[in-house]
Amino acid sequence: MKRQELQVAALRSGTVIDHIPSDKLFQVVSLLHLDKMETPVTIGYNLKSGKMGSKAIVKVSDKFFTDEELNQLAVITPNVTLCIIRDYEVVEKKEVTLPETLIGLVKCSNPMCICNHEPMATRFHVVDSEKRVVKCSYCNHEMALEKMQII
Amino acid sequence: MDNRSLITLAEHSREKLLYLIEMAQEFEKHPNRRLLEGRIAATLFFEPSTRTRLSFETAANRLGAKVIGFADPKVTSGTKGEILKDTIKMVSNYADIIIMRHYLEGAAKYASEVTRIPILNAGDGANQHPSQTMLDLYTIYQSQGTLENLNIYLVGDLKYGRTVHSLLTAMRHFNPTFHFIAPDELAMPEHYKQYCKDNGIKYHEYKEFDADVISGADILYMTRVQKERFSDLMEYERVKDAYLLKKDMLVKARPNMKILHPLPRVNEIEYSIDDTPYAYYFQQAQNGLYARQALISDALGITLEDVRNDKTIIG
Ligand SMILES: [Zn+2]
Repeated sequence: MKRQELQVAALRSGTVIDHIPSDKLFQVVSLLHLDKMETPVTIGYNLKSGKMGSKAIVKVSDKFFTDEELNQLAVITPNVTLCIIRDYEVVEKKEVTLPETLIGLVKCSNPMCICNHEPMATRFHVVDSEKRVVKCSYCNHEMALEKMQII
Repeated sequence: MDNRSLITLAEHSREKLLYLIEMAQEFEKHPNRRLLEGRIAATLFFEPSTRTRLSFETAANRLGAKVIGFADPKVTSGTKGEILKDTIKMVSNYADIIIMRHYLEGAAKYASEVTRIPILNAGDGANQHPSQTMLDLYTIYQSQGTLENLNIYLVGDLKYGRTVHSLLTAMRHFNPTFHFIAPDELAMPEHYKQYCKDNGIKYHEYKEFDADVISGADILYMTRVQKERFSDLMEYERVKDAYLLKKDMLVKARPNMKILHPLPRVNEIEYSIDDTPYAYYFQQAQNGLYARQALISDALGITLEDVRNDKTIIG
């Protein structure tokens, strides 16, 4: 095992989310509801990373998320890497892809949009997954995901 | 939930638009009927708009429907502080269709997701106003005998004017050539020009507005240049009179040319033009009745066939 991977204890079984930008860690925690998890969760924060400078890593024991849950991560951290671990072995590596529709994940930046005035879930369709541009299903405004607020 | 709702015309096919025009033609022939007898239409105007409301209510009344609703939420204690969803659900228990206008964008779309009865969008903020677009299409068709291959000139506020944007989108099926005449500050937004390119719609842009520029027009669509749209008031003073239509500018007009305006006008069209054969804006407003009769009927599941076989015509 390489030295940098030893910064956080090894996982017997579960999901490892690696290469999270340190400043996005807490958004990842709230998006996946890790604070409500009942199995052990190990979080490494401000770890040294060759290509990223500083990164965070999350290891969730005995938890295997659905693709739908994991793909939500693409809204915040499109470049995370995911490893599914069974018996200390990586059995699968995954990347996250932006879902076609984002429901209740981000806030519409148009103050005159109905979804900022009613107790309702926001809904956006991805119009350009490369440039990360989405369109609000309600007001039809197009906006850049990077500039939007996470709910 | 209910796919009979009308939120925008943007998704309508060419066939559907022509179908609605045909239906409106039937209503123009015979506007007074008992086709909707026993039905109740609710007009919920969360933002006042007397003109649009009267047009919709007349359309429903002339087809025999009963109308309930409110014209201004400020005087309606029932909706005070209530969320939109609750108002829509409450009214859905009483009415067969809701015709609503709201100051927030996307309000009609959201309303259509929380009720089983059809929602007819009578304007949602700066977003959509499909009945205006429908009456514009109907008026163009009526005055030119076709929607195909027309030269349509849009004048004035092309930046914020939602009517011109919706018209542009709806006309994409009919091979139009658009001509945009506007000051820099109110020019057609880049994404609509890109939309034209993506959809093979030809367009030309002009800053000057004179007899030569408009000599090729089949339709001259005027809009208001509003002071509050300008960040630079010097600029407003400089251009405010440049986009007014004067009678002497019509000397080179095509004989079939018609002037449209969503109304109300302030001074965009010189009053003496009202008596020329080019003036068509009052007819356009009248057409709002037939277009809205068609939209209400369609939303209630009444077909063109039903309208043609209708035995309830009055007079
Ligand atoms: Zn929105």
